[in-house]
Amino acid sequence: MDDRFAAAWALLPGYLSQHVLLSLCALGLGLAVSLPLGVIASRSAAVRWPSLFLASLIQTIPSLALLAMFYPLLLALSALSQRWFGHGFPALGFAPSLMALTLYSMLPMLRNVVTGIRGVDPAAAEAADGMGLTSLQKLTWVELPLAAPVIMAGLRTAAVWTIGAATLATPVGQTSLGNYIFSGLQTENWVYVLFGCAASAVLALGADQLLGLIESGLSARRPWRIWAGAIGLMVGTLAALSPLMGVSTAATYRVGAKNFSEQYILAEMMASRLKAAGGRVTMKEDLGSATAYRAVASGEIDVYIDYSGTLWANVLGRRDNPGRAAVLDGLTRTLKARDGVTVLGPLGFENAYVLAMRGDRAKALGVASLADLAVRAATLKLGSDLEFLSRPEWAAIRDAYGLGFARQTAYQPTFMYRALEDGEADVISAFSSDGRIAADRLVILADPKGALPPYDAVILLSPKAAKDARLRKALSPLIGSIPVAAMQAANFSVDRDSHKLGPAEAARDLARTVGLGAAPH
Amino acid sequence: MMIAFSNVTKAYGDRRVVGPLSTTIARGQFVALLGGSGSGKTTTLKMINGLTSPTTGSVSVDGRPVGDQPLAALRRRIGYVFQEVGLFSHMTVAENIGVGPRLARWDADRIAARTAELLSLVALPAELGGRLPAALSGGQRQRVGVARALAAGPALMLMDEPFGALDPVTRDALGRDYRALHDALGLTTVMVTHDVMEALLLADRILVMDAGRVLADGAPGELLRDHPDPVVAALMETPRRQARRLEALAGAPAHG
Repeated sequence: MDDRFAAAWALLPGYLSQHVLLSLCALGLGLAVSLPLGVIASRSAAVRWPSLFLASLIQTIPSLALLAMFYPLLLALSALSQRWFGHGFPALGFAPSLMALTLYSMLPMLRNVVTGIRGVDPAAAEAADGMGLTSLQKLTWVELPLAAPVIMAGLRTAAVWTIGAATLATPVGQTSLGNYIFSGLQTENWVYVLFGCAASAVLALGADQLLGLIESGLSARRPWRIWAGAIGLMVGTLAALSPLMGVSTAATYRVGAKNFSEQYILAEMMASRLKAAGGRVTMKEDLGSATAYRAVASGEIDVYIDYSGTLWANVLGRRDNPGRAAVLDGLTRTLKARDGVTVLGPLGFENAYVLAMRGDRAKALGVASLADLAVRAATLKLGSDLEFLSRPEWAAIRDAYGLGFARQTAYQPTFMYRALEDGEADVISAFSSDGRIAADRLVILADPKGALPPYDAVILLSPKAAKDARLRKALSPLIGSIPVAAMQAANFSVDRDSHKLGPAEAARDLARTVGLGAAPH
Repeated sequence: MMIAFSNVTKAYGDRRVVGPLSTTIARGQFVALLGGSGSGKTTTLKMINGLTSPTTGSVSVDGRPVGDQPLAALRRRIGYVFQEVGLFSHMTVAENIGVGPRLARWDADRIAARTAELLSLVALPAELGGRLPAALSGGQRQRVGVARALAAGPALMLMDEPFGALDPVTRDALGRDYRALHDALGLTTVMVTHDVMEALLLADRILVMDAGRVLADGAPGELLRDHPDPVVAALMETPRRQARRLEALAGAPAHG
């Protein structure tokens, strides 16, 4: 068994407890809404069709998109509440995940409540009316008990769906078993990916079996089965949630990271320095690019690393390129004044968006710059990461050089490099600090017109964190201390296919390389 | 007087299914509403406990119009038995019988005693109380239905083809047992049936219904004597002809 398995195992209590808590709350809330709504819907066709239609419609939205949609929604609501009541609420993490999963869980429950109640033997319903049961007595004495097995079956389906979909809460900042899958996919750590899939499958199947026991107990009137299922669920839930109990949230720093290796490594590096300074740290990993900035501005996270060009284009909406120093300077002043976000300083390396080709291919085609590429582009295939083609940087170089490719395909970054290697793509969007550039002997195409902005890695602090002297003191030594070669090497140690390191180990090595000492403990 | 119909009609859209109907049913009577399907007999019965409401006119029970009182409270004072029985399949036989008393907020001991009493009253073994309805035969289920309707001690029983789904032997036995209960408990019973023989053998008074109207109203003996209405006369001729054929088949005169 390799170290990665042991590392994954060590993360299990934290991930599992969050995953179970989220799923449980979503199912509970979903049931609390579906049961009364289903009862009303079973009585009234005017409620039945719209509510079932809406629940089905929600089900057709890919669950990842549904989760992502709740973040901006809650952010807007939080801003309103800030204005009206003087305080906002967290728009990242638990709240959006809970709401999305609750909606997602409702269809099977709602449908089965309606089916169950409408499927009650009409003779039993007539007897109940004829005997003088009130409408509420008829519901609780006759209809719900008779519909219980069907309703339980709906709850079972909902539980399996919700536990599975909860893995997708990771990108909106909610820790779950999906953390294994997302970070594993990113760093090609297949042990993590499999571990995450297996853990979530075992959890879903376990819940399904125990709920199934209750369901069969209800339909066959075997009380011991109901008890066994209920006790099993209770014990399992308590065991899974136990790591959450007794955890104090006092003085906890929330370190954010976007979803790629460099971000994981730098987040780990910052986390270990914060811990060494006596702070508690929770990680919010796998945030989307825009999500991360809004999270630091609203104080959902205290600190994360972003890149000057990204902020320049996406946050400030600028498409000009006044030069590296001017961009940094402009950002530092504007972000502080506009959003209260502090640019603590650049780390010392750039992770620029560049276009890269295989060395042999570039040589054969005689391409060394974007200008050369423009001549050949019509017969070439561009492979990009998932966001590049919708970013202003792409528009900038496309317009500056008149780039038009034969085909453009978006890939998950890991697969983008594979595509380049296999010849599926001739040119890819790459990051200048990516370890694979040196390792795969790729050439970066020059940008003679200066169309691409600089991408200095900078530390961003939330308004609250900026006032925290301990945090500033712990992180300041990182400023200007990481050369691009060191970052490339660290990234490669995580991204390579064999002898992979975990982000925490890579962070330790990187700290040692740049002379910031081995992280304590 | 227990039940009074005054100028009652029931229509679904333009289609009148009952009435106009005016009649009274006295305390202690066993009345059969006899007719074929579509004769309006079930609709008439359901207007007594408010499961259906009349389009015009009014029905009153014990002098109070049905529409003027809380229906749940009225129905708790009236026993209701119908062909499909409608036993609650998630409750045991005893729990089914106990529903009426529970609605009347009796305490557990009194309910248990009453359940045992009713099981013996409808001639079911006491150990059946712990079984689920699915484990019973059709006849047993119908007996539980009768027991459940009687549990809270109603003075009025409404029965809609109560024995219609049973085999002839069981049906006859159950009919006779119920008639004995009716007499012993001093009940008033209104029973819907399409079976002439059943009506003749059980009821004190028969209302023959056709297309929502009462064609004849009288004691079984009166109806059997040449009735002026040809439909009624033909209806009454059937059991007589059957009896004559049976006598001929047996080759001996029937007694009684």
